[in-house]
Amino acid sequence: MQQSIDYTEIGLIAGLEVHQQLLTKTKLFCRCPSGLYTTEHDGTVLRHMRPTLSELGEYDGTALMEFKTKKNIIYLLHESNTCTYETDDTPPFLINQEAVDVAIEQCLMLGCDIVDELHIARKQYLDGSIPTGFQRTAIVGVNGRLPFRGRELSITQVSVEEDSCREVSDNGHLIVWRTDRLGVPLIETVTGPDLRTPDEVEEAILLVGRVCRSTGHVRVGLGASRQDVNVSVRGGTRVEIKGVPKAGWAPALVHGEAIRQVNLLQLRDELHQRGIKSPEAITIDHRDVTRILASSEIDFFRLEGWDRFNESHDRREGFESGKGPFSVRAVRLKSLRGTLEHPTQPDLTFAHELQGRVRVISGLDQPPIMVHDGSWPGAAAELKALRSALHCEAEDALAVIWGAEEDTLTAAEEIRLRFADATLGVPAETRQPFADGHTNFERILPGPDRMYPDTDSPPLALGRDRVAALQEKLAEPPWEREERYSAAGLPRNTIHFLIRRGGARLVDLVVNEAGADLRSTGFFFGERLKGLRRAGLQVDDITDEQWLSWFRLMSSQPVLAEILDEVVAWMARHLGNDPNAFVEGGLYGSEPKDWRQHLRKIAIGAQPKNPDGSQSQRLAFLMGLVMPNLRGRIPAQEVLLEIDPGANGKRDGQ
Amino acid sequence: MNETVKDPLKGYRGAARAKLAEWKVRVWSDVRCTNSAGSIFEGVVLPRSETFDDLHIVLKLRTGYNVGVHVDRVVSIEELGYKEAFYKIPEQEFPKRPSLPKITLLGTGGTIASRLDYRTGAVIPAFTPGELYGAVPELADLSNLTTRKIFGVFSENMGWEQYVILAEEIEREIAAGADGIVVGHGTDTMGHTAAILNFMVQDSPVPIVIVGSQRSSDRPSSDAALNLIHAVKTAGEGDIAEVQICMFGPTSDRYGLLHRGTRCRKMHSSYRSTFRTISDIPLAVVNREGFRYLGPEYLPRDPNRRVKIDTAYDNRITILYYYPGMDPDLVDALVEKGYHGIVIAGTGLGHVNTPLYPALERAIKAGVHIVMTVQTLWGYAQMYVYDTGRDLLDIGIVPLDNMLPETALMKLGWVLGHTHDHDQVMEMMRTPINHEITPREPHNGYLILQGGLPEVEAWVKGHWK
Repeated sequence: MQQSIDYTEIGLIAGLEVHQQLLTKTKLFCRCPSGLYTTEHDGTVLRHMRPTLSELGEYDGTALMEFKTKKNIIYLLHESNTCTYETDDTPPFLINQEAVDVAIEQCLMLGCDIVDELHIARKQYLDGSIPTGFQRTAIVGVNGRLPFRGRELSITQVSVEEDSCREVSDNGHLIVWRTDRLGVPLIETVTGPDLRTPDEVEEAILLVGRVCRSTGHVRVGLGASRQDVNVSVRGGTRVEIKGVPKAGWAPALVHGEAIRQVNLLQLRDELHQRGIKSPEAITIDHRDVTRILASSEIDFFRLEGWDRFNESHDRREGFESGKGPFSVRAVRLKSLRGTLEHPTQPDLTFAHELQGRVRVISGLDQPPIMVHDGSWPGAAAELKALRSALHCEAEDALAVIWGAEEDTLTAAEEIRLRFADATLGVPAETRQPFADGHTNFERILPGPDRMYPDTDSPPLALGRDRVAALQEKLAEPPWEREERYSAAGLPRNTIHFLIRRGGARLVDLVVNEAGADLRSTGFFFGERLKGLRRAGLQVDDITDEQWLSWFRLMSSQPVLAEILDEVVAWMARHLGNDPNAFVEGGLYGSEPKDWRQHLRKIAIGAQPKNPDGSQSQRLAFLMGLVMPNLRGRIPAQEVLLEIDPGANGKRDGQ
Repeated sequence: MNETVKDPLKGYRGAARAKLAEWKVRVWSDVRCTNSAGSIFEGVVLPRSETFDDLHIVLKLRTGYNVGVHVDRVVSIEELGYKEAFYKIPEQEFPKRPSLPKITLLGTGGTIASRLDYRTGAVIPAFTPGELYGAVPELADLSNLTTRKIFGVFSENMGWEQYVILAEEIEREIAAGADGIVVGHGTDTMGHTAAILNFMVQDSPVPIVIVGSQRSSDRPSSDAALNLIHAVKTAGEGDIAEVQICMFGPTSDRYGLLHRGTRCRKMHSSYRSTFRTISDIPLAVVNREGFRYLGPEYLPRDPNRRVKIDTAYDNRITILYYYPGMDPDLVDALVEKGYHGIVIAGTGLGHVNTPLYPALERAIKAGVHIVMTVQTLWGYAQMYVYDTGRDLLDIGIVPLDNMLPETALMKLGWVLGHTHDHDQVMEMMRTPINHEITPREPHNGYLILQGGLPEVEAWVKGHWK
């Protein structure tokens, strides 16, 4: 198996589709609040999807595949974030103009040309993720570019679109979605196929993220940005790794996909060598072998095992579990012996490809989903009996699937189709990523056939005046900000964090408006605030006015910097209230009367509990004793000097 | 598609038309268009709706997206090819199975079965059995289907002439031995058609099922296929030989309801479950597995019964939807314009304001037939409860109890086609033909659950809506 690889040699090409939610008050096509997520529901709807014909009178491959899965689709609704638009019982309202403005602004940040007239299209999805069966989407910008590693990363197009539902569960033939996220405006930024190594992919994700977040008009946090990574190698096919949640996942995923494609191309050659040169040359036959395996020691081959599995997953017959009686089906794969063990992704084999397809399309998902003669879990005699029952020749392979009868028939056909694809090389797929770097089949990659005009929405002329007005107010591009912050002495990681998490906007605000120092402010928002956020304080809800007032107070009374944590905690607990109230109420910033005399009195008698005789222990003890009453009123350094005049400059800060 | 032959720049006007002509490209030209920002758009020039401005050229890009390019920013348009799509719905032969019922689907228009022209978004109706089989193959397990397109109109354009033709076509199909008839219809005035057909087509031996869809069938989530399956099943296997409406019960893909045509109304502008039986319960529930008859008595299927077709009508009728402050001259105007019948949708139990009385009296004296229904939709016109109501009765306005205003309008037009004798008209209006007036309103005939109440929310939460 090929594990390490020269990316140039294999012709690795990658590009991105970065999804970024926009920060708007309401959703894209209805007036529901955006970004309000719920974990409860107060209504449910059951639906099914049917593919519609493309303009050529054909069904889109993805759509057809998703129809074959025969999914029952349930939507969980909550009245706080869902209206009759989300359930597809009301046509769309006119597109949210705030979202269009933010999208245009994003396009301008990405260096795009803004299209003159927006046309809303429908992009079909039959997995149920959108109750209409399609996503409304429109191109806003094209032809952008970003500086990247001394060259340019091209931006092919940017579209504004509605976000989909969140998946709650996928149990056999039942998939459950929550509609709270559905309709949240987002932009999809499509880059050119300009990336050549896994590391470049990670870096490009972070770059696009920083550009998007520079405006402060996009959502941040879990799920607010997701990216699809498109990967191919020379001779391979564009495969989309969908919904990569973190840039850090990308290198392993891209590497894994490159290896997978190289291996699938080798498998194709192997099949050709065996004389299987086209999809039609794949021949399989299959039959029910439930009886032969009725007393198998393998639990999942027996009806009791199937019943237990359904019971433990709360599956109702014909609803979550498929139609028909329990059936174990053996599939003879003519002349394909050994091919299921062919390597694909690191540590995985071609059998995994088959299992993925079978799971998604037939709905059979009892682990391990499919077994074959190269990974036989049971007695050798059993396998022999099966091979003989299927009239297997020595060069034939045998695979076994089990579950509701109708599903096993779908599964056998999917096994044939996946092998048919293998004779051609790498099938165009959407794949689901996992944290360990491997991917699994999600759906056939959809083509342009699934796009058609949204007859419910009129086109929208964007107008050069509108674009110019947004251009005027455009935020500084991140690379310029990066340079400015870097010159002030902030480290690169801190800068990137500030841009990514939106802290940079606050840094610039307080530097410009409250005269704060760029470097220390940058450290505060980029590093120190992290700890307070982690401690559970709602620091992200503190208002601009609160921050400005606080930084103004600090610049007039520097001693206040020593009660920074307390003030931030207070502001987070009293959102919207002026921190001056806290400072005045606590008498901070003013020297207590006769504090030096008090200090000396205390210092005379006080001793640590177990004195070791050292001066440093005694000083730490004394400071701990007096500072709670003096912090924010007398600089700690001054207090220290009062206790120990010889300490000048020896201690840092505290 | 013939139009594109006539006008190669279909829908383009003014500046946009001139620009296309200047670069010698047409609608359906595959082009490379460069704009002043240096952006290149490659795709097919699409026709443009005449109602849009004349400043943009619409392109379908390779990705499937459409964009509009402003003519002022066009630097060049180069024709790469020409890709006119002759959009056609694939036909597959509808399988014949002698054991299955013979069903005729009569098409009137509407979106029950249609396909989208993927480039322009134009809706193309799927209608022949072959086209329908391609779209909804399940129909072949339920019927031997024949289809006939009678008209292609939106339901708001249905009218008396169409009702007559439809009734006569139904008569023809019954005579030809259909086991059931399905009428594909737009939903907006489906209730009106269902009502009038109950009067024009009486004593049918077989089910007559009116069906439509609230989400057009070019959408994956459309209710069209399931509605059609339910309707064909009802026409072929159902026992109710009345003119009925078959549409979604809930908004979920669960079951259809069969509503009596005289008691049914579209109650939501866009919901799937928009049709509701008013002041009664529906006739039956239908799903793929079968029927559950809910109890109201109905006319059972009987192949030996002779249908009565009676298509007389007088279309000089109207509904007067009363509102506070209505000026009496509105009534005078109707008389002056030669209206023969007025259905008042009155407030509450059937009221209008006193200043209207003299005008109504004048109208009745002039020979206009005036009946009273209630704009509350549910409940009865009970005009003897208040003095005002009694005064109206004295004037000669006849209450129609719990007849729906639209049903009353249809019936009045039909009755006036038979006689203008006031007593006869009123006798006919008050004698129900098919439950358009019912003697009693069951307490479960009015169930508009109010959201927000804990007990209602608890019920809703436990059921698929």
